[in-house]
Amino acid sequence: MNVKTKSDEILRGVGLTKVFGMGAGKTVAVDHVDFSFKKGEVISIVGESGSGKTTLAKMLLALTTPTEGEIYFEGELRNVASHGKRKEYWKNIQAIFQDPFSSYNIFRKIDSVLLDCIKMRGGRNFSKEKKEDLMREACSFVNLKYDELTNKYPFELSGGQQQRLMIARIFLLKPKILLADEPTSMIDACSRATILDMLMDLRNEVGMTPIFITHDIGLAYYVSDTVYIMERGRFVEYGTADDVILNPQEPYTRRLLSDVPKLHEPWDLSTVG
Amino acid sequence: MTNIVLDVDELTTKYITRFREDIYAVDHVSLQVEEGRAVGIAGESGCGKSTLALSLMGYYFPPLHYSSGEIVIDGQNITEMHPEHVRKTILGNEIAYIPQAAMNALNPTMKVINFIEDVIHAHHPRMPKKEIYELAVERFQLLGLPPEVLQKYSVELSGGMKQRTVIATSVILSPKVLIADEPSSALDVTSQKMVIKMLKDLMDKGIVKAMIFITHELPLLYHVVDDIMVMYAGQIVEKGTVDEVIFDPIHPYSRALMGSIIVPEEGLRDVKLTAVPGTPPNLKNPPSGCRFAARCKYAMPACRATSVELEDIGGGRSYRCIIPEDELRKAYEREDKER
Repeated sequence: MNVKTKSDEILRGVGLTKVFGMGAGKTVAVDHVDFSFKKGEVISIVGESGSGKTTLAKMLLALTTPTEGEIYFEGELRNVASHGKRKEYWKNIQAIFQDPFSSYNIFRKIDSVLLDCIKMRGGRNFSKEKKEDLMREACSFVNLKYDELTNKYPFELSGGQQQRLMIARIFLLKPKILLADEPTSMIDACSRATILDMLMDLRNEVGMTPIFITHDIGLAYYVSDTVYIMERGRFVEYGTADDVILNPQEPYTRRLLSDVPKLHEPWDLSTVG
Repeated sequence: MTNIVLDVDELTTKYITRFREDIYAVDHVSLQVEEGRAVGIAGESGCGKSTLALSLMGYYFPPLHYSSGEIVIDGQNITEMHPEHVRKTILGNEIAYIPQAAMNALNPTMKVINFIEDVIHAHHPRMPKKEIYELAVERFQLLGLPPEVLQKYSVELSGGMKQRTVIATSVILSPKVLIADEPSSALDVTSQKMVIKMLKDLMDKGIVKAMIFITHELPLLYHVVDDIMVMYAGQIVEKGTVDEVIFDPIHPYSRALMGSIIVPEEGLRDVKLTAVPGTPPNLKNPPSGCRFAARCKYAMPACRATSVELEDIGGGRSYRCIIPEDELRKAYEREDKER
């Protein structure tokens, strides 16, 4: 009998490690990382490029196999050994990536993107009207007009619209966990709030656990309950958003924060090499 | 009286599409930059800020065409000059432009020093290589770049180093005005700091006399420029100092922009960020009234009726809205209390 150790825990990692290469030239991208995420908790993993955050994301998404360590989903050891099991897992965890322009198959129209999602949730045999209703609902959730989009290709939309369409996908798929890898870094600063609010609304609506992977510590501070700071494959600090950002303990966290221009503090450029 | 290095008067430039439609991406824009000052241009994608940057060079490639207005750099009216004369004597010498992703300008088959020789020879064909090298070393050292970079190929340099190299190269002839379009986007935060420091050094050390900095990242502007102009649908909608526009915006669009700033500071989690619904108007057929009316929560029928001028309210401040300043401020105060 499997006993769930924490009934509200959705994802746990124990000693998660990913090593690339062998011998002297090997790279430890993720170095014995531990974590426990609760259902509905908004998590951000903050790190610069090379910190290992994307590799960690890929392991969480079962896109790459850990070298060491275990992942527990809803208290049980995750089994993604076969393609079939991975597909089952992907009903529970989905992702939005940084580059909306390269996330789509350029040969398929927008309708097919959304219909795929409906099928994945068992709606293959829904009537045409029901499918259209679902697609319309998903589009309106992200402030896109389905009637204007139908028959268009994704590349006919702006970056912000494409990213919102990605969110519409998630609205249809209703995964338990959403991994958002730099969801707004290619979006205009003034449109970022829209995307973030939509993701938060989605979390409230479907009870999803969002995990943000980002280099933008400001974004992490705005949306998160818990922030993890990642440096060279390890979590160097973590805690509530207020604790980590307003009261950072680790020198690396402090440095990350001082590198970001703020509005109510001078920006010390004298430390630049 | 301070010298006005860049004086732009009612500049209008357009894109001519292959269907022969005119799209006025820069619509009667006027601005002045005094010696020693930096001006930031803020606005969302598609507002025309990059087109404005290109237009200020005075050298146009189709489909971008000059329509009307004047650009005067340190007393020289470049809009009256022949394009070849502009290319030879103005570009690089009087005004330099760093486009987005400027680091891609580095030719991967050339060493940096050869690239710099190319740039200089385009304007001073007879400068000897030795002199170019000495100038490059001196300038690089002044800007905190290791002179060893001169002997490297661009593939050997990091993104941040490439960007700084291109910036240093573009101002090697000490132009009076530098126009930087998103010079630090696509760079990690540490490289961004280095690029920003270099731009500030260029001004502080007098290498350039005036700068125009274009970005959609407002916190950057706050630390780099003295004045801000907010652009929307090809027009300037507000002007003021950086403190005025960021902390006390008048135009509803400026206010929405400033309300969408995300900085890791206390208070960020207490307010809901503003997001302006909708998209900018299609400039093929711009609306006859206020261009922001369709997305503005304070819009009245009068807003859509006639076009709105940029109104100077004194002290270098101006904004483009028919609603009086104090009424807007009262509305903002009410909203702030409710948030």
